[in-house]
Amino acid sequence: MSTASSEISDSGTHAAASSPNEFLTFTLGDEEYGVDILKVQEIRGYDTVTRIPDAPDFIKGVINLRGTIVPVVDMRLKFKLGRAEYNEFTVMIILNVAHRVVGMVVDGVSDVLQLTPEQIRPAPEFGSGVNSKFITGIGALDNRMLILVDIEKLMTSADMALMDSSSQSLQ
Amino acid sequence: MAIDITRFHQTFFEESYEGLDAMEAALLRLTPASADAEAINGIFRAAHSIKGGAATFGFKAVADFTHLLETLLDEMRSGERETTPVEIDVLLRSVDVLRNLLNAARDGQNADAAVVGRLADELASVLHGGSTSPAAASAPPASAPASEGWRIRFEPKAQLFASGNDPVRILRELASLGPTTVRCDTAALPDLTDLNPEACYLAWDIELRGSCPRDAVMEVFAWVEDECHLMVAPLAPVAPAQPAAATATAPVPTPPPAPAPAAEPPKVVPLAAPAREAAAGDTRERRSEPPRGEGGSIRIATEKIDSLVNLVGELVITQAMLQQLASGLDPVQHEKLFAGLSQLDRNTRSLQEAVMSTRMLPVDFVFSRFPRMVRDLAAKLGKQVRLVTSGEQTEIDKSVIERIADPLTHLVRNAIDHGIEKPEQRVAAGKDATGTMRLSASHQGGHIVVEVADDGRGLDRGRILAKAAERGLPVAESMSDAEVWQLIFAPGFSTAAEVTDVSGRGVGMDVVKKNIEALNGAVDIASEAGKGMRVTIRLPLTLAILDGMSVAVADEIFILPLSSVVESLQPRPEQVKRIAQEGTVVRVRNEYLPLIDLREWFVLPGPKMAAHQSIVVIVEAEGKKVALQIDDLVGQQQVVIKSLETNYRRVRGISGATILGDGRVALIVDIGAVVRLLAHPANGVGIAA
Amino acid sequence: MSRILAVDDSTSMRQMVAFTLKSAGFDVAEAPDGVEALEMAKKEKFKLVLCDVNMPKMDGITLVKALRQLPDYKFTPLLMLTTESGPEKKLEGKQAGATGWLVKPFNPEQLIATIQKVIG
Repeated sequence: MSTASSEISDSGTHAAASSPNEFLTFTLGDEEYGVDILKVQEIRGYDTVTRIPDAPDFIKGVINLRGTIVPVVDMRLKFKLGRAEYNEFTVMIILNVAHRVVGMVVDGVSDVLQLTPEQIRPAPEFGSGVNSKFITGIGALDNRMLILVDIEKLMTSADMALMDSSSQSLQ
Repeated sequence: MAIDITRFHQTFFEESYEGLDAMEAALLRLTPASADAEAINGIFRAAHSIKGGAATFGFKAVADFTHLLETLLDEMRSGERETTPVEIDVLLRSVDVLRNLLNAARDGQNADAAVVGRLADELASVLHGGSTSPAAASAPPASAPASEGWRIRFEPKAQLFASGNDPVRILRELASLGPTTVRCDTAALPDLTDLNPEACYLAWDIELRGSCPRDAVMEVFAWVEDECHLMVAPLAPVAPAQPAAATATAPVPTPPPAPAPAAEPPKVVPLAAPAREAAAGDTRERRSEPPRGEGGSIRIATEKIDSLVNLVGELVITQAMLQQLASGLDPVQHEKLFAGLSQLDRNTRSLQEAVMSTRMLPVDFVFSRFPRMVRDLAAKLGKQVRLVTSGEQTEIDKSVIERIADPLTHLVRNAIDHGIEKPEQRVAAGKDATGTMRLSASHQGGHIVVEVADDGRGLDRGRILAKAAERGLPVAESMSDAEVWQLIFAPGFSTAAEVTDVSGRGVGMDVVKKNIEALNGAVDIASEAGKGMRVTIRLPLTLAILDGMSVAVADEIFILPLSSVVESLQPRPEQVKRIAQEGTVVRVRNEYLPLIDLREWFVLPGPKMAAHQSIVVIVEAEGKKVALQIDDLVGQQQVVIKSLETNYRRVRGISGATILGDGRVALIVDIGAVVRLLAHPANGVGIAA
Repeated sequence: MSRILAVDDSTSMRQMVAFTLKSAGFDVAEAPDGVEALEMAKKEKFKLVLCDVNMPKMDGITLVKALRQLPDYKFTPLLMLTTESGPEKKLEGKQAGATGWLVKPFNPEQLIATIQKVIG
């Protein structure tokens, strides 16, 4: 069911080409969320994270991912969902978004699902933990309700504080 | 058989651009007084090379234009034409046009014909004092009418062999023109005893039948005309036989239609052999090649070097990891292992130095563009400026060089535009009418220091304060000069009265500062009203690897650049003093240094420790010393600098990250930033601002 | 295989000449200037030397003169590559002992044809 600790996708550059209908689902608090599988690079356990000074509390710090420095965001802290515990079951999803590698801590990873267009309903305007502008729809499968998130848009948004707009112009 | 020579185009273009740069540099150095044959010959050769290559590879526009340049240079080098500012100027402008032509050729487009034509006309008029067609390719005389064939008498002179020519080859070639009957004339052959085997005693009478033109026949003998007696007569008695003279049958140049004299009047050009042997001067112009040792040089794609640097970086990490693993073992028991690791450490260090040095280039790479720019800009703005450079051979990492080019350009432009006054103003102020700009580079400690200085009017403190207040920046009359100068780095700041198209839009200085800080460097300004201004840029020697001291703070490890560390100590209680509203200082010998508790500074958890119960490391940056309070000294190691910004963003006070031997990430402290933040706190002390 | 020495300070020209001749079956060695060419010529007897006129350190004409001093090269075909079609340069070359010349620009076929005529 779950594809733990494996590298799934690629550079993600051509991810936007086809309409995504394969989702990796994970849990945050009581809700289930889904993200485009093509943005997911791999899944890891939660490792030692080096704190970064002057960072918001939901940015736990950085880790060493085979030689690259990758920042880690705890989604539970950011969206105040559930309790942020760190134990042997804690999972980190490594994403590849906007040419950057970013890790996000979640409560657990469920599975990879294919959703047909009929199974995806438009997102209602209710307030959920995640700001509705990042929600692309609601997936309904069996009895599950999956909140489908545009993870790239979310991660690159200003309030995630992951990217510095002025430093980008220097690259 | 078609051979595709386009594969050599890239090399041709690279060479040609280098050649152009060399020409330009040499032209800028050239003055009527210093115009000796050697200097001009170097410029000539560069143009000649470009022309040859362009013609061979089919870039006609480039070849034709360069030919004009070459002709002018040829007259100058032979002394036929004096070198005056007129020539230097038109040559400089021609270099620009030629560059455009090369670009066009490279991109497969057509250059602006109007611009090219104008300069071509100008060159021509300088050459001839009138317009003319480019040096006429000599029109060959009309071929004699073909006849039924030719009777040829070929009588080589005795020394024909000495030029490497072989009559047999010539006869064979004749035979390819048509059916031949050859008869060898041995009349001049001496006895065997008198025979000199290196001399030619034979002659040949040849009948060549067919309708090939006379030219074709003469062509066969082109190389040996002056080494033989040749008679070519038509076979059929058409007209009185016309013996061809043994002297030059090179066609007489037909005068161009214009009344001006031919571009290549036959003359003997006495080229001084010493001019050609002035190798040192000429090879110096080829700046892109490092001083040639015995082995010469090869071009390498930068990606290959980058990949080498990465691999060495990984090697350093692996070696650190091994060191770490071994540290838990008994050195006596594992003596050989430790010896091996020690050797590995030495080897890795050497390898790393060697690889890093491949990327080091003299800063002259960047400096070289300025003489031209200063000259043009000064002329455009009606100012007189002299550029003095020093330390051009100081070596910096290639990537650093590329990234300081723009900031330096901006600083130089600014200085000429706003700093240096117009000649009248300067004279009125008792200064030399010609302003001086100084560009210098040097190694200082673990850094490169690049300075841009001018002797202009300096910064106007009052104006800056007023402008800053206008923009809502926090200012006070009591600010020191240094603090005031820092204000000009604010975005959008410009006190220029007018916006020229060169500078004044205020988009410059803040970008300069950002670019330099992105390189982990720092910018400082010194200025004296009426005397001038100096901008000092400090850059790390290399972007990739650092000698670091690892320290523990809370449960994190931080790396302090070893080059910034002065000493470490555990202070006694009486050395530590609190100063109300200022902070804590620690007395070391006779100095009182500000004390920064890194735990506090980096907002890390854990109880605050008293300084005398911790370790204090004295660090120095930008001439200032600061004391950092840490929990423990861990060790010293080489670290590979990994960028935080690749996947995250820039963090104030942190210059990068590294991966320790145990796989953990450690942050590298930006000592310069700490020192600066302490001196000019944005809001409050510490980075959590 | 006949070995040819190509001398030209322009890398692109040298590469082109070498490549062209190699594709015609000749074995080609290269030198970027007269000094190196002379060194190479001393170590190995080439069947033909092709050299540019304008080169740093030692120009083509001086090279030809120097080569002719070597016993191995008294009768070796030495060809100059020149862009100048005027008679003086050619004369100078011949006086130095050159066998002949090739005027630049030349196309690869011309080059091969000429070389084949000389050393077959």
